[in-house]
Amino acid sequence: MNQYPWWKNALIGLIVVLGLIYALPNLYGDNPAVEIRAAHGAAVDHATLVRVREILAGAKLPYKRVSHVGKGVQVRFSRAGVQLRARDLISQKLGPGFRTALALAPADPSWLRALGAQPMYLGLDLRGGVHFLLKVDMHAALRKALVEDTRALRKALRRHHIRYREARLDRAGMLHLRFRDRAQVRAARSLMARHFTDLAVTSAPHHGLHAVLTRAAILGKRHYALEQNLTALRRRVNELGVAAPVIQQEGHSRIVVELPGVEDIARAKEILGRTATLEIHMVDGKDSVERAVSSGPPPGTRVYHDRHGQPILLYRRVLYSGDDITNASTGVDPQSGQPVVNITLNGRGAAVNARVTRRNVGQRMAVVYVEVQSHLKRNDQGVPVRGPDGRRVRVTRKIEQVITAPVIREPLGGSFQITGIGNVRQARNLALLLRAGALAAPVSIIAERTVGPSLGAANIARGFYATLFGFLAIAVFMAIYYRVFGLLAAVALASNVVLLVAVLSILQATLTLPGIAGIALTVGMAIDANVLIFERIREELRNKNTPQAAIATGFERAMGTIVDSNMTTLIAGLALFWLGSGSVRGFAITLCLGILTSLFSAILVTRALVNAVYGRRRRLAHLGI
Amino acid sequence: MEFFRITRDLPFMRYARTTVFLSLILFVIAVAALVARGLNLNVDFTGGTVIEVQFSKPTSPSAVRRLLVANHYKHARVENYGTASKVLIRLPTEATKSKALAVSVLRLVAARDPGASLRSVEYVGPEVGSELANQGALALLFVALGITIYLTLRFEWRFAVGAIIATIHDVVIVLGVFALFHVSFSLTVLAAVLAVLGYSVNDTVVVFDRIRENFRRMRTGTTADIIDSAITRTLSRTIMTHLLTQMMVLSMLFLGGPVLFGFALAMTVGIVVGTYGSVLVASPIVMWLGLTREDLVPRKSAAAERP
Repeated sequence: MNQYPWWKNALIGLIVVLGLIYALPNLYGDNPAVEIRAAHGAAVDHATLVRVREILAGAKLPYKRVSHVGKGVQVRFSRAGVQLRARDLISQKLGPGFRTALALAPADPSWLRALGAQPMYLGLDLRGGVHFLLKVDMHAALRKALVEDTRALRKALRRHHIRYREARLDRAGMLHLRFRDRAQVRAARSLMARHFTDLAVTSAPHHGLHAVLTRAAILGKRHYALEQNLTALRRRVNELGVAAPVIQQEGHSRIVVELPGVEDIARAKEILGRTATLEIHMVDGKDSVERAVSSGPPPGTRVYHDRHGQPILLYRRVLYSGDDITNASTGVDPQSGQPVVNITLNGRGAAVNARVTRRNVGQRMAVVYVEVQSHLKRNDQGVPVRGPDGRRVRVTRKIEQVITAPVIREPLGGSFQITGIGNVRQARNLALLLRAGALAAPVSIIAERTVGPSLGAANIARGFYATLFGFLAIAVFMAIYYRVFGLLAAVALASNVVLLVAVLSILQATLTLPGIAGIALTVGMAIDANVLIFERIREELRNKNTPQAAIATGFERAMGTIVDSNMTTLIAGLALFWLGSGSVRGFAITLCLGILTSLFSAILVTRALVNAVYGRRRRLAHLGI
Repeated sequence: MEFFRITRDLPFMRYARTTVFLSLILFVIAVAALVARGLNLNVDFTGGTVIEVQFSKPTSPSAVRRLLVANHYKHARVENYGTASKVLIRLPTEATKSKALAVSVLRLVAARDPGASLRSVEYVGPEVGSELANQGALALLFVALGITIYLTLRFEWRFAVGAIIATIHDVVIVLGVFALFHVSFSLTVLAAVLAVLGYSVNDTVVVFDRIRENFRRMRTGTTADIIDSAITRTLSRTIMTHLLTQMMVLSMLFLGGPVLFGFALAMTVGIVVGTYGSVLVASPIVMWLGLTREDLVPRKSAAAERP
């Protein structure tokens, strides 16, 4: 007799039902939505909700629903085009007290969400948007760290009254120190051993010392640069107001940024790639700028330029920098009508600011905008130049521009205004960059992929219909060729698709077009197990076995073959997952999981179904196979 | 319904020389195509920029190309994509001077057809491209190695060698088809090639499994007889499975759109060649490597025998 114990049937049934529940949310898709939050974290009241409704109705923008979600208000739309226009309108009408963000609200019913069932996350090729692969310029990050170390070392040497003749950083990142005599060298060495553990120090001729970063320090600084950049990028993307962005580390020096639904690629790039910060210097009012330009600046000063290219002489010393800025917002100067950026400083910055401005009333103070850009070095023909190691040479360019250099009229505290920025858009970008923090190291875009929203929708439809028709063709063919057994296999195959989609949803995997291909391929390959089993059963019947015995031996004999043959595909899938990236990885995940679910469905589900149809009949003369 | 009601074993091994020779010819043609024409690697591997433009009316690629060449994009390659009004523009990395490349190309194009819109832009830096190519080759190597080890452990080294040769034969022929017809070879196609690798071995294993079983059950007969019987008995399954998988893949080929076309093409060729290879290449190799009953009828691994 071919019967599973009741608990085994129940377990198989339960798994399939759970699969159905967790696969279900994918059928609902999601709605484009706009989320409105109060700028200071307060709850958005009902009056605002009514106001939003009025704004949308006034502009004749069709929406699905306006509702309170958490502390904020969410507006759902049926089309993405409306969403963008609605967001601009709402943010303009509600004013600066509110923040708006684009979002995608899952359209599945709440009881499914209560069970923790969520739809799969759609990849960019299906949803539309921009994908950036950014490379963090680790060389620049290390250089920056070394420059800071050098500065700190000079200061420490002076404080300990160790006189040095030279403390210079060369282009290769080696710190050259030279002292008057051997005693000073010894003193410096012991100081460095105590306080500069990042540096590996070696002796050099003529009372000199050489220092480079230790391996551990290099690793630590690389890690820090990457982490810090990730954080800064996350904040920047949040400022852009993109729904469901992905910001991920990839490898040791790369960052993936995916911005679904973003249309203004130029602005996204501009905001992501910038490594801007501010430095505050005092203006040297004693010496002449013209003399400094013609015959070199006096010690401790440097010539900077403003937006119009006019030279201005500043002291080298940085009073405080963008790191001390806690908030930056745009406004309009009531007197001139010009855009301004309001800056709030942290405690350290505020203290320095108060001290310096108190002492220097009547003097000028300069706000310098500093940005590091990195690009490929090209020769005259525009072909990238390769270094001796065959890699393309990158050059980093530091842009330093004096934004404004106002006269200090009265002592300042923890907040002040920057004027003279140009237009409103520039002011907004500057505020955004300052608020989101500087990148620890410059990043450059090494790969970029843009998919239009219409193409994304077309890809989903193609993938879906290809899988559907393929499935139907297989089901019909199976039913004709293996009759009852074929029909049961088709049902089991459907359960395989459901289970695979459910597992992918539970894992919150990203579904890409190759991922859909993976699902389709698994369906095609999963049927192999059933064919193996059914051919064995037919063979057993030909060998004059009784129908019940043929079923039992057929399943048993095919088992080992099925496991062996699937194992090799699993090996291929794992290698793909290990070495692939992005969409190929999505394919690999579906392939591997698909093999596991197909083993379950082809062996256990089919068997349970066959048992249900034939298992109870004692006198079984004929099998529908 | 049943297509194959074969009562006697078919003498496949008698024709082993012919079948292997045939596939050797195919293999040589594929290698020649790969050497002479090379793979038409797409932007994933070479680096560069690909811009997909949707025109409002059917547009000839050569007109778009002339327009681009006249405007400093000397190395632009233009082709229709999917429909006659959709055009794919490829630019090598060297031409990518400004970040606003796609926008300026669109501006040029829009002068011809104001209804033109940008469907997608893809830029891959040169360093990413070569890295992907390396990783792809590495993945192929690791899969081949992993499968060899698995088969050696599970069967016997002769089976592993036979399977891996048959599989390499399949993969090379698939690559050869891509080289011969100059079909764009993308990362997705590479994924398909790796899937072919797994799939084709999968098939070989089914035949091998039966060979092993036959050695244990059939007390008489030469190695060739036993292999013939194994192939004959699994023939129905082999053809059915491939037919069914092929249905799904063909559905992808015709309905999946341009992105899945390469994937489906690789799978289609892979399935056809894989069927041939697993039956008529892998098994003769195992036979010629001198497989005997003693190699399989277990001396010490009796416990591993299947019921």
